[in-house]
Amino acid sequence: MEKNLQNCFKLFKATFFLSAFTFGGGFVIIPLMTKKFVDELGWLEEDEMLNMAAIAQSSPGAMAVNASILVGWRVMGLVGALIAIIGTILPPLVILSVISLFYAAFRDNAVLGAVLKGMMAGVCAVIFDVVITMAGKIIKAKKLLPVVIMAGAFVVYYFFQVNIIYIILFCGTLGALVSMHDKKTGKEHL
Amino acid sequence: MVYLNLFWSFFQIGLFSFGGGFAAMPLIQNQVVDIHGWLTPAEFADLITISEMTPGPIAINSATFVGTQIAGFGGALVSTLGCILPSCIIVSLLAWVYKKYREIVVIKGVLAGLRPTVVALILAAGLSLLVMSFWGQDNFIWDIASIDFIAVILFVSGLFVLRKFKLTPIFVMLGSGIIGGACYLLI
Repeated sequence: MEKNLQNCFKLFKATFFLSAFTFGGGFVIIPLMTKKFVDELGWLEEDEMLNMAAIAQSSPGAMAVNASILVGWRVMGLVGALIAIIGTILPPLVILSVISLFYAAFRDNAVLGAVLKGMMAGVCAVIFDVVITMAGKIIKAKKLLPVVIMAGAFVVYYFFQVNIIYIILFCGTLGALVSMHDKKTGKEHL
Repeated sequence: MVYLNLFWSFFQIGLFSFGGGFAAMPLIQNQVVDIHGWLTPAEFADLITISEMTPGPIAINSATFVGTQIAGFGGALVSTLGCILPSCIIVSLLAWVYKKYREIVVIKGVLAGLRPTVVALILAAGLSLLVMSFWGQDNFIWDIASIDFIAVILFVSGLFVLRKFKLTPIFVMLGSGIIGGACYLLI
């Protein structure tokens, strides 16, 4: 991959448009990135793209940002990573800045208020759709521990307002310990 | 001082939101509504709606929105930088580690423990938002008389078309905005 101006611009354009047209975030970006960087530009192999998706998912932060950083590093080193970051954060930064100003001015507008209220119910439907799919996968895997973790985390967070950071640290540590123990005993609790 | 607070809050959100997408939502709520009171629960609900309607990750959208509301464009920039800095560092490190040791048991174990946790957190945040949508406030009250029936119908029918027809979320959100908006204004 040559580090010339043309390729830098291609990388910027690719990450900018991927970010500008990815609604809702999360895994949606991966098939779009595969189409762009593997099929269209031919900068990556499909296997590499999937590995990057796994790393992006394993890291904290927004999936789209993480995946862009990885692709940037891979194709053009540090310069590529920086270009990819800028390309990815620019669309939400600009769009939300504009909406934020607009929102402050029109917050009490009756029509906008009614539309936002209606949309909130729709957003809830989308969230529950995602949750049903995710929880369904965990339950169908027929392993007790993940189901217990899921139910336990929900109860302590929703009903007892335990700090999320403690819940994440606890469950991550639990996962690490159980997996090490499983490796020794040859069982699969997770 | 406010720049520093914004930066540090969104740095924590960036650092601790595993799983992407909705996973960041409860963390943002915690920092922005509960700890700092930068947004009211109703404003936060609007923020989630707006974030879902606009492209880009929820965390970045929230950083920009909250930053702008609190300290203008400078605030938006500082919050966004805080939000992505942990990613930049950790992703770069992980990419290097991954190249060296592809199948580390401990790392895989941590992630396996976190996946169900993330689902639970998303459910909790979704439930808060649903209560907000049905009753217009974030406390649980099982009061049928004050329930917003338009919101209930929009939610149930939205969920139905999503599950049944695998409709793109944007259509469901736009549709319930338009149909719901018309109902609220006319009734």
